[in-house]
Amino acid sequence: MNKIPDNRAWWLVLPVFLLVAFSALIPLMTVVNYSVQDIFGPGQAYYVGTEWFKEVLADERLQDSLIRQFVFSGFVLLIQIPLGIGVALMMPKSGIKGSLCLILIAIPLLIPWNVVGTIWQIFARGDIGLFGWGINQLGIDYNYTGDTLDAWLTVLLMDVWHWTPLVALLCYSGLRAIPEAFYQAAEIDRASKWAVFRYIQLPRLKSVLIIAVLLRFMDSFMIYIEPFVLTGGGPGSSTTFLSQTLTTMAIGQFDLGRAAAFSLIYFLIVLLISWLFFTAITHADKEK
Amino acid sequence: MAEIQLKSLAHSYSDTPAGPDDYAIRQLDHTWHKGGAYALLGPSGCGKSTMLNIISGLIQPSEGEVLFDGKRVNELSPRDRNIAQVFQFPVVYDSMTVYENLAFPLKNNKVPAAKIKTRVQEIAEVLEIEDKLHKKAKNLTADEKQKVSMGRGLVREDVSAILFDEPLTVIDPQLKWKLRRKLKQIHEQFDITMVYVTHDQLEASTFADRIAVMYDGQVVQFGTPTELFEAPNHTFVGYFIGSPGMNIVEVERCSGGVCFGSTVLPLESWQVDILKRMKSNNLKVGIRPEFIEISPILSDDTYEANVRDVEDLGTYKIVTLQLGEQELKVRQNEEFDASIGSSVHLSFPKQWLMLYVDEFLVQEQQ
Amino acid sequence: MRQTRSKNVGITLFILLLLTPVYWLLNMSFKTNQEILGGLTLWPKTFTLDNYAVIFTDPSWYNGYLNSMLYVSINVVITLLVALPAAYAFSRYKFLGDKHLFFWLLSNRMAPPAVFLLPFFQLYSSIGLFDTHIAVALAHCLFNVPLAVWILEGFMKGVPREYDEMAYIDGYSFPRFFIKVFLPMIRSGIGVTAFFAFMFSWVELLLARTLTSVDAQPIGAIMTRTIGASGIDWGVLAAAGVLTIIPGLLVIWFVRNHVAKGFALGRV
Repeated sequence: MNKIPDNRAWWLVLPVFLLVAFSALIPLMTVVNYSVQDIFGPGQAYYVGTEWFKEVLADERLQDSLIRQFVFSGFVLLIQIPLGIGVALMMPKSGIKGSLCLILIAIPLLIPWNVVGTIWQIFARGDIGLFGWGINQLGIDYNYTGDTLDAWLTVLLMDVWHWTPLVALLCYSGLRAIPEAFYQAAEIDRASKWAVFRYIQLPRLKSVLIIAVLLRFMDSFMIYIEPFVLTGGGPGSSTTFLSQTLTTMAIGQFDLGRAAAFSLIYFLIVLLISWLFFTAITHADKEK
Repeated sequence: MAEIQLKSLAHSYSDTPAGPDDYAIRQLDHTWHKGGAYALLGPSGCGKSTMLNIISGLIQPSEGEVLFDGKRVNELSPRDRNIAQVFQFPVVYDSMTVYENLAFPLKNNKVPAAKIKTRVQEIAEVLEIEDKLHKKAKNLTADEKQKVSMGRGLVREDVSAILFDEPLTVIDPQLKWKLRRKLKQIHEQFDITMVYVTHDQLEASTFADRIAVMYDGQVVQFGTPTELFEAPNHTFVGYFIGSPGMNIVEVERCSGGVCFGSTVLPLESWQVDILKRMKSNNLKVGIRPEFIEISPILSDDTYEANVRDVEDLGTYKIVTLQLGEQELKVRQNEEFDASIGSSVHLSFPKQWLMLYVDEFLVQEQQ
Repeated sequence: MRQTRSKNVGITLFILLLLTPVYWLLNMSFKTNQEILGGLTLWPKTFTLDNYAVIFTDPSWYNGYLNSMLYVSINVVITLLVALPAAYAFSRYKFLGDKHLFFWLLSNRMAPPAVFLLPFFQLYSSIGLFDTHIAVALAHCLFNVPLAVWILEGFMKGVPREYDEMAYIDGYSFPRFFIKVFLPMIRSGIGVTAFFAFMFSWVELLLARTLTSVDAQPIGAIMTRTIGASGIDWGVLAAAGVLTIIPGLLVIWFVRNHVAKGFALGRV
């Protein structure tokens, strides 16, 4: 569609602009404000410029948290994207079976995030959880509250359980958009299943995959409540990710200046990497 | 290259067909002989795409058999039937180059690389796209993409037949005739059985040696373009072929022949005999606009008609006449001249006046 | 692509694995605490509805659900009301700063909620909206509105502008055209958007917990505070968890036909 230039369209956009400005701009300005001040109490604030930023960047606790976060998000993408594609390929294309599959697979996405944490908190315990008990029965020593590796694996497993359906459903809609004629032509050309995937399905999944990667990266980078309920960040701080670190700092310790500086850096990292993906999406859209 | 036979074929898309209306293809027996160039002509919804998909194996018929060279192939998948099919809109593998697209079917058949190269080059030259071989398929125009689609169908040397499902739909009109001729050339060059589905009679006549006209799930006539024109086997063929189509008039029996309103059309004695034997009251006569004669003078076998309209189409004219209650169209050359409302005298040469009982042509038994 | 048996086996296996934790929760919700702590049983030996009874009779529990449903509903309504005209503008017009605005909107979806905790807390407190449903509803607009605009714009792009022009020629005023002609055409888009807005608001806890304390406390906050003197009441907790899944199931059932396309945010 060729869009008509008309600045009166701003009236239509105004409600959104005001609402999001209220929800986002004002708070953000507050954060920026705090980030350059050292606040000892009400009315006792001193301008400190970039002090907080320097401290935050040098803070080992935060650096560790950041590394942990990148590792976590990396694994998330590595596991959930291929798995999601695989699940989408297996789903029935249409009809009642298709709808049923869709709804069942979407269930983990509809569960409040704290309940997700609670479910796995229970499920992975050796005493009252089927999973924990089962693993221990197999002879493997498994304890997610005490052992760091076990905690990591459990958090990852929980996230895979929770969010792979999103990738699967995105890819499913991408696959459904492929006209039948392409599969027919491939059948006539005697293409192998792998060739069909590589030359017909995968190219067409490109745009939804970019959305999936973007969403999964962003959301996993901002994850808070599920691991918090599951492990509380432990054992020690081995599963303490960025959002938890920030929340503790801001609400728990009321370290406003430091938290504000950290917030800005956090936001900037997400924005930067997301911007990279975003340009990739619009590039792909333009190519169409 | 195979002879394709369809035996007692019928197909319904529903699992529990109740009556003839549920069938896309009804009671069909048809043979496509080796090496022929055939068209499958008919209006939308007549079942031609269904038939094509049954031949290629994309659909399994609910009843009847499909035989390749006498062997039943119903259960064989398309890949095992060795058929090439070109679809209505271009199907190309976007991420590959034109070369890779054309080479794809050969690669899947494990043809040696050197052979692939020569073959792809050959087909690309025939289709006049050899300069685009290294371009990515997704950057081509619609007609170039369709050529690539066709190329993939032609590139395999061992195909039993190539099926075309209205392949020129997306092509610009000025390129259409070029591609049609190209296809004809290819047929002459490679001598493969080709079946070309279309709803355009001009396309069918230019491409095919013989045309199968489909109507309402059945092949109502299979013949050369001339046969279809001169002796339409079914009222639909009369109506569909020709521009304008055949004049078709509902008639009743009366002494010596048939009549409509107060107009009596005498028939040959063999036609009268057949009418006596058949019980049906669905009687029609047909005569093509090209064959109705107009003469200025009255005689024994002429009918008086009023001129309703004269359309001047350059090298010829279409005259709309009213004979009794019936409107007829007559084709005349550009010199014809008559004013609206005036009377002319029509005659219907007996060899061109066709009698149709239950929509089918009544022919003299030899 | 034919649905082969191996695919059916695969997908069935995946779904079974996926639902096992949910089954386990369900299982637990029908057991007494003694049975839960006593040992592992695959189905309740002593089936009980007591846990559910607690939730339905104790206001400190059921209020949580009511609160959550209230602010989620308010959020969905607000989101749709503001996003619809905005998406229309984005889909049909070029205006000063349109691309920048769009990107700014999307960037808010990428904002870590943790960043906004403190400012939101202070902001809503200062205007007297702390511990109200409207506060949470507004806060959730932060990420729901950009998503809604994105989804709706995708669906709206699919309606050719000729429909708009035809309506004007027929004498419709803009509001009448929008409500009577345009909205019905993007019905499925609206359904999908409402679904996503509901989903993301229903499942979010960090902001909802921060901005509430007693009056508007969401069920999630109540669940995370259920560590009483006698230890965790697993049975009731499990029942509470099961009950939080049900609204989501209902909503997705209603929009099931459009969800597949919607998950691609209309961009497929």
